[in-house]
Amino acid sequence: MVEFLQFTLSGISFGMIYAAIALSLVLIWRGTRLLNFAQGGMAMFTTYIAIEVIYRTGSYWTGFAAALAAGVVLGAVAELAVIRPTLGKPELNAVIITIGLLVLLEGLAGILYGGQYRSFPAAFSVTGLRAGSTPLGVSRFDVFVALAVLAATLLLAIGFRYTSAGLRMRAAAFNATAARLSGIRVARVITLGWVLAGLLGALAGVLVSPSTFLYPDSMDSIFVLGFTAAVIGGLDSPVGAVVGGLLLGVVLSYAGGYLGSQGSDLTALVALVILVVVLMVRPAGIFSGARVRRV
Amino acid sequence: MRAQSTPRVLGAALVVAVVVVVLSIKLNSFRDYQIAEIAIEVTAVAGLTVLTGLSGQVSLGNGAFMAIGAYTTGLLLLHLGWPFIAVLVVAAAVTAVTGAVVGAAAARLHGPYLAGATLLLGVALPSVANAYPGVFGGDQGLNVVFTTPGFLGVNFPLTRWQAWVCSAVALVTLVLLANLSRSRVGRNWRAVRDDEVAAALAGVNVARARILAFVVSASCAGMAGALLAIVTELVAPGAFTITLSIALLTAAVIGGLGTLPGAVWGSLLVVLVPTYATDVATSHGLSTSVASNIPIVAYGAVLILVMLVFPQGIQGGVRWLLGFSGVSPARPRRTASAPGATPPAGQPPALLDSSPLPREGNPPQPHEKEDTQ
Repeated sequence: MVEFLQFTLSGISFGMIYAAIALSLVLIWRGTRLLNFAQGGMAMFTTYIAIEVIYRTGSYWTGFAAALAAGVVLGAVAELAVIRPTLGKPELNAVIITIGLLVLLEGLAGILYGGQYRSFPAAFSVTGLRAGSTPLGVSRFDVFVALAVLAATLLLAIGFRYTSAGLRMRAAAFNATAARLSGIRVARVITLGWVLAGLLGALAGVLVSPSTFLYPDSMDSIFVLGFTAAVIGGLDSPVGAVVGGLLLGVVLSYAGGYLGSQGSDLTALVALVILVVVLMVRPAGIFSGARVRRV
Repeated sequence: MRAQSTPRVLGAALVVAVVVVVLSIKLNSFRDYQIAEIAIEVTAVAGLTVLTGLSGQVSLGNGAFMAIGAYTTGLLLLHLGWPFIAVLVVAAAVTAVTGAVVGAAAARLHGPYLAGATLLLGVALPSVANAYPGVFGGDQGLNVVFTTPGFLGVNFPLTRWQAWVCSAVALVTLVLLANLSRSRVGRNWRAVRDDEVAAALAGVNVARARILAFVVSASCAGMAGALLAIVTELVAPGAFTITLSIALLTAAVIGGLGTLPGAVWGSLLVVLVPTYATDVATSHGLSTSVASNIPIVAYGAVLILVMLVFPQGIQGGVRWLLGFSGVSPARPRRTASAPGATPPAGQPPALLDSSPLPREGNPPQPHEKEDTQ
């Protein structure tokens, strides 16, 4: 029972990171119908910026803020420089461009920072918390991870619901033509989506790196699981991204915990099983809504 | 099948075969290895371009089929010592069956959902090798023994023989796929890609067409995996990463999705750009961390540039240069495009497409992926 609780809590902590990546993918998907394969690479790059700033200033929070700012800039620059020219072109072109961006960022990180594994500091203690004498399987930092992503998600949800920018984003995602006809600058909305996605990705990078180390392709596997979470939840649904991330995190934690070393070898296989089961029942994710394929 | 086109395909294949033989004799063994590498890539990418370009199903998991082909080859050569041609046939058959299973499971999925499921397949399957080291050799993988046949003499370089075998398989695959895509099967795939409902109404069995595309694509990837096993003489999970699967799709799109010459261009680019950049970087005496990453940066930059300059891929650019645009004039066509569906590349989106892109101002793209020549 204690084990179960431990696995659940640590699964939630990791799941929130997958949720953050999933959410950033959903933000871009809703705007441009595009899967951003560079999301993990962007997060990796901003985390390197954070590590450099922390090293120079000695302050974790300055580095944290620098990573988020870099995420905003990187998201905007990527959208304006290489994604916007592909609008109206075959849809896989933009996907290939994001793959090119990913490769480019990983190569640049290798040139600027070298390929070796670097440890990344955690904001809070990483020793396990205890309730009385029972270890909970999570640390103060894990709690911070979950709360940080939760806060970001809630802020986004509030922004979507109650601000005019959020209304514009929802309108553009719902029907771009109608949104444009009613005076919304859809291109700006798309850029805003990339900015927010860059921000969330940067957050995920800073939060996950203490437990994975940082190297040029350190975010690849996190990206795959974040993508899986987004697909499980349904790519149009921000709520689905969070639910998908948590589901994936918790189940993978059980698999790793109960199946031993073989379980951790088979992480991707377990994720595949979850994905296949979900897609069998709901071919467009759990929160796909009632929209049907148009013919 | 239009019979009159077959001689042209065969003629082109013959010319390429002669060029490959001459090149492999003139060039050194490293270049021979590259020829083999390109031929392997072509075999896999040609299968994928049929799946994604003709039947409209995106797969990011063809690396998994390559892994299955390679492990089948490794196990058969290790335990039974069969001749390679028999092994190749079995590898293609095994992956064809796997492709049927995956295709059946994927038949309801579209666009990014299909991409996500296949991507995870590509990541998950090789990890099985780690989980069962007794059968698959774990991280170390299986060693494969492959030698030149006796009739070529003892001094015949192994890399040249490998280049010949790989190129032969790649060319036969290309010829077969060219014929297939001109046949009724290929027309059914295009019909399904363009409008599933219309295709079904016209009597096409949509599910069967989609699954068949997976079968064909998987067996091509399986053969590519078998070739990879005999060229690298090792089958290990490290060879079948997410990068491999992504590189296959990249090559297909960069070359010109749905066109077989495009598969060749894309494979050339994906294999040669990193090696060329490595040559340049090492010859300028850069530090190792820079020199080892220059090829990666160059590769990424080339991907972005080619897509920005040639939206229809390299083959589209080639056609434009040759002034072949009259072959397949752009014609308006209704697209079965829905949120969550990725319409096939190169196709003008329907005017009232619900996808929120500012598309009204864009002229219809000349889409040139009609025939595979």
